[in-house]
Amino acid sequence: MAFYSEKVMEHFQNPRNVGEIKDADGIGTVGNPVCGDLMTFYIKVKDNKLEDVKFKTFGCGAAIAVSSMVSEMAKGKTIEEALKITNASVAQELGGLPPNKMHCSNLGADALHKAIEDYLNKKK
Amino acid sequence: MLVYLDNQSNTKLDDRVFQVMIPFFKENYGNAQTIYSLGTISKDAIDKARNQVAKLINAKDEEIYFTSCGSESNNLAIKGIAEANKQKGKHIVVSAVEHFSVLNAAKRLSQNGYEISYIPVDKYGSISLEDVKKSLREDTILVSIQHANTEIGTIQNIEEISKVVKEKNIIFHTDAVQTAGTIAVDVQKLNVDLLTLSGSQFYGPKGAAALFIKKGVRIVPQIDGGVQEGGRRAGTENVPAIVGLGKAAEIAMSEMSINSDKIIKLRDRILNELPEKIEHVYLNGHLYQRLPGNVNFSIEFIEGEGMFLFLDQKGICVSSGSACASKALKMSHVLTAINCDPAIGQGSILMTLSKYNSDSEIDYLLKEFPPIVKKLRDMSPLYDYFIKTGKRQEAGPGTDYEHEHEHEE
Repeated sequence: MAFYSEKVMEHFQNPRNVGEIKDADGIGTVGNPVCGDLMTFYIKVKDNKLEDVKFKTFGCGAAIAVSSMVSEMAKGKTIEEALKITNASVAQELGGLPPNKMHCSNLGADALHKAIEDYLNKKK
Repeated sequence: MLVYLDNQSNTKLDDRVFQVMIPFFKENYGNAQTIYSLGTISKDAIDKARNQVAKLINAKDEEIYFTSCGSESNNLAIKGIAEANKQKGKHIVVSAVEHFSVLNAAKRLSQNGYEISYIPVDKYGSISLEDVKKSLREDTILVSIQHANTEIGTIQNIEEISKVVKEKNIIFHTDAVQTAGTIAVDVQKLNVDLLTLSGSQFYGPKGAAALFIKKGVRIVPQIDGGVQEGGRRAGTENVPAIVGLGKAAEIAMSEMSINSDKIIKLRDRILNELPEKIEHVYLNGHLYQRLPGNVNFSIEFIEGEGMFLFLDQKGICVSSGSACASKALKMSHVLTAINCDPAIGQGSILMTLSKYNSDSEIDYLLKEFPPIVKKLRDMSPLYDYFIKTGKRQEAGPGTDYEHEHEHEE
């Protein structure tokens, strides 16, 4: 059996929404001090919806696939819906992750939530 | 195209080796410990292999003990010597960059009252004689220092180190898994008491390795049972594999210099041409005192596992010492020991060559590798930050997942 699921490999090889939003409404960065992964998410919000989501990731195959999947799951969702994206739902959408890579799904959801938090703070 | 550049983990079996093994799977299946004719065929074949391996390292036949792998040989050496000498002392010295079969065997002993000293290495992975001298004590019973490092390929000056160790009459073991069959290994010249070698590193089969134990050195067996291997390693002999190991040793000896010249030329192409095609590349290990087939680079701003997965998609097999590529999620102990900056060490990539590699394969690697690095850098926030500011950002601020990792490990 392959180390990663077909879906993880597909997202890793062809990651969606890679890049930066120049005039982003919210930016969220999280890093992992143990394995050194780093993710930055950029969001553009219109009418309470995530009109655009982009990311940049320094990390392993799982970290890149997770970023790609989170960006796809979040795009078009309302703020409230996007905040409901969980580590478990990302991993599930990817068809599972090896046990020692589960932390990568935490990074993806956390980075997105941080970007939303940043947006909400700026709005205050 | 398949380009296999992971030869430090296992080499391809030489077909000439395979051919001599076949009869011992099929018609010559007798147990070597029996005295009927079918058994004596196996015994004679083992004796021949013992002689072939002995010749490779300039040992006597009776000083070669067959085992199942390098890890078993290292365990037998470390634990067997410790047990045999516990009345003399309980202090053991190893280097910080040993293979885990040495480090973890030593760790196990430390749980049973032994004290372990770890000799550091410099930024090239080399051990200083002064550090060896400083580590030795009245109660030191064993020093184990590898001949060459698995990951960064640095070759230690075992001849000089053994002088220091033997002056104190301390038993000296070297793990020569990466060197035996690849470069000249002479147990007389090196002046070692024990030496580990493995056939799967020089085009022999997996499942056959050996431990050289100098005549007169006392050791306690770690597998108890019958009288095989002079009572020092019980268990039915893996005759086909042992025969293969012997043949591989014979071939390695006669073709060593041709293979070495060819491999060094290919290696130097990667060492010289890859940094011309990719910026911010750093060599790990020693420039000259390194194994003929070893290339270990840290490629800044990207992560090792991402690189090797993309290379795998192109049919190129490599290895990495990055944290994400290891199950422990830690940068390799070797890169840590040479004080490699963790942000840079994350992008380590290890390529190890064999006699089966060719110039066209290196052409293919040099063509396919730079676009992969570009693709990963294009999505790297660390590279983005560097391009915008000219400064380096440290990886890893923000969330602390340490407890999760501790749990997972």
